[in-house]
Amino acid sequence: MSHSSTVDASVSGSTAPAADGVTGFINDWSADKQTYHVPWGKAMMWIFLVSDTFIFSCFLVGYMTVRISTADPWPLATEVFALSFFGSDPIPLILIAIMTFVLITSSGTMALAVNYGYRKDKKKTVILMCATAALGATFVGMQMYEWSKLIGYGVRPWGNPWGADQFGSVFYMITGFHGLHVTGGVIYLLVVARKVWLGHYEKKGYEIVEITGLYWHFVDLVWVFIFAFFYLL
Amino acid sequence: MATTASGQQQHPLGIYIKIWILLFVLSMFSYMVDYFDVQGVMRWTLVLVFMALKAGFILAIFMHVVWERMALALTILGPPMILLLLIFFMAVEGNYTEDARVQYFGHDADRSPLHVEH
Repeated sequence: MSHSSTVDASVSGSTAPAADGVTGFINDWSADKQTYHVPWGKAMMWIFLVSDTFIFSCFLVGYMTVRISTADPWPLATEVFALSFFGSDPIPLILIAIMTFVLITSSGTMALAVNYGYRKDKKKTVILMCATAALGATFVGMQMYEWSKLIGYGVRPWGNPWGADQFGSVFYMITGFHGLHVTGGVIYLLVVARKVWLGHYEKKGYEIVEITGLYWHFVDLVWVFIFAFFYLL
Repeated sequence: MATTASGQQQHPLGIYIKIWILLFVLSMFSYMVDYFDVQGVMRWTLVLVFMALKAGFILAIFMHVVWERMALALTILGPPMILLLLIFFMAVEGNYTEDARVQYFGHDADRSPLHVEH
């Protein structure tokens, strides 16, 4: 991928870095001045996301540990999350598949919102951000349905009708924490979309949309791992 | 395809649309693994490969990491690598615990889970 190395001095507060790649990496760290040539908000969002990565990783590694260490059989996710429509036979894992598609769709609309933000197309940016928030809310709604269904089956953090007791605690912990992130993201998106609409970023620039987008894509990224490890494996 | 003057990430729309479609297709493949009840080594391989590809494309394109300077990219990707060590240690520990439960507490590790009544 090509990469132009010019960074505006007004943003970086320093002269433009000349080199890319490894040389650029060494220069950035050893030049005795600002290391990251991005707006401070973006650097801070990335540092937050790296720390959040460790939180979700602790949950997933904890899940792996209890699942390996229990001698009880692990319940079959494919059956637990099956759903029947209009009296059909239950379709395996269908609810989770739909949730995954909803979240990916929202990631796509977010990516486009970032793009239109930098084009200073206020209207399209706001519409796409609101669409992203709506899809996020849909996801949380489906998750609430999923929770109520499992609670109805008698899945508790301390036991369930099918196998290892840890299934419930892992499920509520991981999907609950992820759902909390999605809910927070929906609120964050709506707040920023409103400010974009009011024209607060006309002068400051639209980096904030990209920063919001980073958070949103991260939530989608975490779901990719939850989908694979908790629901599919 | 370039990072503009103020460190902004501005790229053609086409690439986002293509990655978007690709993510749909990869998710579809992941779901098909479950739908067609692929089991064993094949299941693990397929699920992990599709997962890695999806995560990679989201990070690289949607989150623009491939276009960032190496200093930022390595700050993002470097520290989480230590997690591989944690995963390894906890897998060893987990297997030890399970063996102990089977050997000393008489747990039976070969039972199947009960089926779900819908």
